[in-house]
Amino acid sequence: MRVALFVTCVNDVLYPRTGIAVVRLLERLGVDVDFPAGQTCCGQPQYNTGYRHETEPLLRRTAEAFAGHEYVVTPSGSCAAMIREHYPRIGRKAEREGRGSGLADAARSLAPRVHELTEFLVDVLGVTDVGAYFPHTVTYHPSCHGLRGLGLGDRPRRLLAAVRGLRLVELPGAEECCGFGGTFAVKNPDVSTAMGTDKIASAAATGAEVLCGADNSCLAHLDGLLRRADVAPGTPHRPVPRPAPRTLHLAEILAATEEEGPLP
Amino acid sequence: MTGGTYLGMPAFPVAAREAVRDGVLRANLRRATHTIRDRRARAVAELADWDRLRAAGAAVKDHTLRHLDRYLLQLEEAVNAAGGTVHWAVDADEANRIVTEIVRATGEREVVKVKSMATQEIGLNEALEAAGIAAYETDLAELIVQLGHDRPSHILVPAIHRNRAEIRDIFRAEMGRWGRPAPDPLGDDPRELAEAARLHLREKFLHAKVAVSGANFMVAETGTMVVFESEGNGRMCLTLPETLISVVGIEKVVPTFRDLEIFLQTLPRSSTAERMNPYTTMWTGLGPSRGADGDGPSAFHLVLLDNGRTDTLADETGRQALRCIRCSACLNVCPVYERAGGHAYGSVYPGPIGAVLSPQLRGTDSDIDASLPFASTLCGACYEVCPVAIDIPEILVHLRERVAQGGPATRDGIRVRIRPAHGHAAERAAMRAARLLLDRPGALRAGERLLARARRLAPRRLPGPGRAWTDTRELPPVPAESFRDWWTRERGTGR
Repeated sequence: MRVALFVTCVNDVLYPRTGIAVVRLLERLGVDVDFPAGQTCCGQPQYNTGYRHETEPLLRRTAEAFAGHEYVVTPSGSCAAMIREHYPRIGRKAEREGRGSGLADAARSLAPRVHELTEFLVDVLGVTDVGAYFPHTVTYHPSCHGLRGLGLGDRPRRLLAAVRGLRLVELPGAEECCGFGGTFAVKNPDVSTAMGTDKIASAAATGAEVLCGADNSCLAHLDGLLRRADVAPGTPHRPVPRPAPRTLHLAEILAATEEEGPLP
Repeated sequence: MTGGTYLGMPAFPVAAREAVRDGVLRANLRRATHTIRDRRARAVAELADWDRLRAAGAAVKDHTLRHLDRYLLQLEEAVNAAGGTVHWAVDADEANRIVTEIVRATGEREVVKVKSMATQEIGLNEALEAAGIAAYETDLAELIVQLGHDRPSHILVPAIHRNRAEIRDIFRAEMGRWGRPAPDPLGDDPRELAEAARLHLREKFLHAKVAVSGANFMVAETGTMVVFESEGNGRMCLTLPETLISVVGIEKVVPTFRDLEIFLQTLPRSSTAERMNPYTTMWTGLGPSRGADGDGPSAFHLVLLDNGRTDTLADETGRQALRCIRCSACLNVCPVYERAGGHAYGSVYPGPIGAVLSPQLRGTDSDIDASLPFASTLCGACYEVCPVAIDIPEILVHLRERVAQGGPATRDGIRVRIRPAHGHAAERAAMRAARLLLDRPGALRAGERLLARARRLAPRRLPGPGRAWTDTRELPPVPAESFRDWWTRERGTGR
């Protein structure tokens, strides 16, 4: 089987290890991976901030980059949800408003071929035990767009539970948003920080060494809060118990094996 | 007893900052919303056909809204036939004028009120006060808000931001100024507080000749009004006074009596987590019971309120907000509401539904209304619990577009083009620049390499708008090599 990796702009620029982990994991499972070089960003930041027109060229670019690929796999629930849920809507609106001919068809063609990583593993490949080894205590935060947008359900937790050596502890209030929300994090920094500090406090209280997620943008927010000691001076946030967990993308855990160890 | 006003409210992020830093408020809200949230989840899980009830509720509302003109005329006819009088109010001023004139004509200087969002929306209490008429709220939480010279912060539990010690202090200080004083001594036990309110309000019920209410539903085929409440105060107001005035948004109509079957199940479970609503009062005009014994009011006035609803109905994406049955489930699950509190939304409609209703009913011109569509992480918890399946995140993004990019809207029945908001010029330029870069993979790669080379110079604190990130968060470390470059080095150019 052959898949195209949609690594996403955040992972390309800031978290290449996650992309490398996906390649290593899929190849270990016997899947050939392509990286179409025309891909950049799905346009979610523009769209969610209210700049739908700016999203249209990125929709076209993304659809063209992955034309002809039967399976497109991406390690981000929110980018997958952007393409699956919102691209068809953006395409329809653009055509009705007389801009971007063919955008609706391009969106409709791409949307069903895009799979978030855990969906692809569990539903398409039919595996939950990917042969990984990760001897640590892990708690999992399900990011909102994967959880409620795509309906990933317990797929990520089933994959984690099958990892040898891994002890999975439940995160209290797991389904509550971490407060990232794209540009929300800077437009409403006080509420965003309050939500994020509550989330990391819950994670730390589990005693887990690793706070795992499947969306690096949410993890960038949580990691940023965890590494800043003087969180929001003057605000009554719950203190974070130490030692605090470190954040890690699910793909990097699934890519680690006993023979090869974690990613270099 | 003037309530606060929403004029000149600061934008949401500014108002929310105060609430986030108020530890007592944070604790009150967290305790209250989590309790209701968990109870609602259990109550909804009991029904095997919840998803179908939800879809049916949405379908009934959509059908009614599509044929609203027809159903409103049918309703008017039915209410008139049952001895009521129907008034049409295009906006808040007209509705307030109509109600004030009706009360004046009775010669009364006091009215008792059933909890009503529509009368809060139009500022009726303030308008009546200006005309020398005192309006007494009789819902326990509304009474707390009114006595505390406060504003409601939740649709269903307007005093959710108050704890019982604060409520005791308000009762002790204020009750005596408006009627029967609070018992002395008064503790903060909920039973004691409820008894104080009961004694205070009983006098009002027995004296009042005029009552003002809203309605949760209006049945077009029969002209029946329906009020859901939990305390029995509504039943008192709706039956004891001689004149009853109901101010109701035009979107509250349903076609038939049978349609109530759906909402009688979904509304109580979604709002108070109850299987059955405690007090459901229904009346049809003056009704057959209005006989020789003089039961019930002898005059009934229905004021049908538009106040931006027809304009909202004209918007294909935004109109689904008019399905709302004011259950508050979206407030109780919203992580932003939980931290920001209801007052930050600058409207009687707080929380996720407020963030999509207020900028539609009032327009997006003011700072607060232009900021509300951005007061969400788009986490989708609100959509998930909504008993009439309003896709709130979809409307939020749609309204963000209206603010940031501009677009068509309807104002006072006229199709207009909204110009992009001034405050968004720099952001617009940044979004465009980002898009231009991202539309050129070569330029993106060059940018990534530049970033990698300068990675050791990365600052801990960013200037300008970036400060909002780095004030509380570290920036992600910049890797030595982008994924794109790793792939090229390891695998060649790809494809």
